[in-house]
Amino acid sequence: MTVFIARRLLLLPLVGIGVTLLIFSLLQLLSPQQRAALYVTDPRQLQAIDAIIREHGLDRPVYIQYVQWLGRVLQGDLGWSETAKMPVARAIATFFPATLELTLYTFLPIIALGIWLGTKSAVHRDQVIDHFSRLFAIGGQSFPTFVWGLLLLMVFYGAWRLFPPGRLSLEANLVVLDPTQFRTYTHLVTVDALLNGKLWIFLDALRHLALPVITLSLVQTATLVRVTRSSMLETLRQDYVRTARAKGLEEPRVINKHARKNALIPVITLSALLFVGLLNGVVITETIYNYPGIGRWGANAAIQLDAPAVAGFALFSALLLVFGNLAADILYAWIDPRIRLG
Amino acid sequence: MGVLAERKPLRPELAVTLSTWQIAVRRFRRNPLSLMGLILIVGFILMALLAPLLAPPPPNARNPYMMPHAGYSPDPQPPRPGHPFGTTEQAFDIYYGIIWGARTAFRVGLLVVAISVLIGIVVGSVAGYFRGRVDEFLMRVVDIFLAFPGLILAVVVVAILGPGLENVLIALALVSWPGYARLLRGEILSVRERDYVEAARAMGAGDVKIILRHILPNSIYPVLVVSSLDMGSIVVTAAALSFLGLGAPIGYADWGQIISLSRNWIIGAGGNAFAFWYTVVFPGAALVLFTLGWNLLGDAFRDILDPRLRGAS
Repeated sequence: MTVFIARRLLLLPLVGIGVTLLIFSLLQLLSPQQRAALYVTDPRQLQAIDAIIREHGLDRPVYIQYVQWLGRVLQGDLGWSETAKMPVARAIATFFPATLELTLYTFLPIIALGIWLGTKSAVHRDQVIDHFSRLFAIGGQSFPTFVWGLLLLMVFYGAWRLFPPGRLSLEANLVVLDPTQFRTYTHLVTVDALLNGKLWIFLDALRHLALPVITLSLVQTATLVRVTRSSMLETLRQDYVRTARAKGLEEPRVINKHARKNALIPVITLSALLFVGLLNGVVITETIYNYPGIGRWGANAAIQLDAPAVAGFALFSALLLVFGNLAADILYAWIDPRIRLG
Repeated sequence: MGVLAERKPLRPELAVTLSTWQIAVRRFRRNPLSLMGLILIVGFILMALLAPLLAPPPPNARNPYMMPHAGYSPDPQPPRPGHPFGTTEQAFDIYYGIIWGARTAFRVGLLVVAISVLIGIVVGSVAGYFRGRVDEFLMRVVDIFLAFPGLILAVVVVAILGPGLENVLIALALVSWPGYARLLRGEILSVRERDYVEAARAMGAGDVKIILRHILPNSIYPVLVVSSLDMGSIVVTAAALSFLGLGAPIGYADWGQIISLSRNWIIGAGGNAFAFWYTVVFPGAALVLFTLGWNLLGDAFRDILDPRLRGAS
C-alpha cells in the first residue's frame, strides 16, 4: 500500500505541470494587455501596462513566459482580481471558507441518505421503495441545479420568507465583522458563532445555509443512490452472500455485514464523481442564492472577463479535485484488502 | 449483436434467442418509465422539426432563433391569448422561446457530441492502437483535462473566448472529448489483439486501414451509446452556462437563457410570491422534461445493452 500511495504522490507534480500548462495555454488566447493583470498585486500598477509587459516578458517566447508565470503561481502569486478588488490568492482565501462550510453541511446528508436509500432500493428490488428511490434518483438527476434553486427560492423565500439568500442577515453580519464582539477562529460562521456563544448567529447562518444545502444535496444524492444501488445489486448476486444466507444468518446481518461493505468499494471510487458534482454545483448554487463563496466569485469573474480570477479559480478547483481523488484512492486502497495487503 | 451471440444458454433446448431489437421492444413494453422517456424524446424531436409551424417567426424576422418582442414592457406579463405561456421581462414570448429552444437544445447536443466524439475517436484510436509512449502521453493529456471539474473548465474557456453560443459549443466539446477518448482506447486495447486484426496485418494492410476497417467498427459501439446518452447532461450544462450569462445572448431562444430572465422576478411582487411563476416554470419544465427523457431512455439502453443486468430483470 505504501508503494501504491508513493506512486500516486510521485505523479502529483506531473499533474500539476499539466494542469498549469492547460490554463496557461488558454490564457495565451488573450492579448498581452489583457494578461497584464496576472502579474500585478495592486491595480495602480496597471497604469504602466507597457512596463509590465516588458518586465514579465509577455512579448517573449511562450515557454519563457510559462516558466516565469509558473514561478509566480508556485509562490501563490496569481495576480489581481478586478471583481473581488483584491489579489486572487487573497480572494480565494476569503471566499473559500464559505464554500467549505456549505459543502461540509452537504456532505453528510448526501452520504447518509444516498447509501441508505441505495441499499434499501437494491434489497427491495422492484418493490415500492425501489420504484420510489429510482424515481427520486432519476428526477434528482434530471432537475438542473438552477431550476431547483429558483423554485426553492420562490417558495421558501418569496412566499414564506423562511430561508433568505446570502450568508448572514445584516444584523448578524455587523456583529461578525466587529472584532470587539466576535472572534474569528475558523472562518466557518456556524462554528465560530458557537465558539463565541452566540446562538442566534448560529441559527441565522443555518437559515441561510438551508436552501443551498438542500439544492446541492438533492442533485448529488441522486447520483450516489444510483451508484450504490447497482453496486449493491451486483454484490447481492455474489457467491459469498449466498453462502452467508445458506449458513442461516439473518437477512439484516447478511446485508449490513457481508454485502454492503463490499458494495461500498466501487462507491468510494465513484466518490470522485461526487466531488466533481459538488464543485460544479457550487458555482450555480452560490450564484442563485447570492452566497458569497468561491463559486459565485468565479462565475462573476467569468462574466466580467476577470482573467486572473478565472484562472486562479480553475487552478484552485483542479487542486481540490486532484487532492480529493488522491484521498479517495487512499481510502479505497485502505478498505480493499487486495490492495492494502498486495 | 456480438455480445449476445457469445452468450450460450445453459439449456439450449429452452433458450429463446432474442435479438437486441426484440429485447428493446420487450423492455419498452414492460417498463412504463422507459416508454415515457421514449415518448418525451420523440415529442421534443417533433417539436424541434415542426418549430416553424408551431411558432411561426414574424414575417420580418432576420433570425428565427431570436424571440419576437411583444412590445417592450420591462415587467413579465402573465399568459394571455396570443402568448399562452406569458412573456418575460422585455416582453419576449415564452411559448416561442420554448418551441425554438428545442431546436437550440438539439443543435447544441448534437454538435457537441459530434465534435467531441470525433476528437475522442482520433485520440482514443491512436492511443489504443499504437500503445507505448504515444498512448502514455495521450492518456496523461486526458488525465489533465479530467483534473478539472467539467463545468468550471467550460466556464474558464467561455470566459476567455467570450460569451456566446458558439463558444459554449467549443467549451463543452473541449470538456467532453477526454471521456470518449478513454473509453474508446479501452475497447481498442481488447480488440487489437484479435485474430482478424492479426490476419489483416499479415495480409499487408496499413495502420490506417486496419484502424478504420477492422478496429473501429468493432469497438466504437459503446462510445456511440454513451455519447448519445450524454445529450441530456450536455444540454443542461449549456443551459447552465446560458443561465450564468455566458451562453446565448439575451432574447435568444435557449431554455437556460429564458430561465435567466426570470431571476430578477423570482420572489414575486406586491405580496404575491408567485406573481411571475410562468417565467421559470415553463422554460424550467421544458429543460427538466428534456433531461428526464434522455435519462430514462439512457437507463433503458444501458439495461438493454448490458448483458449482465439483462438476465436479472
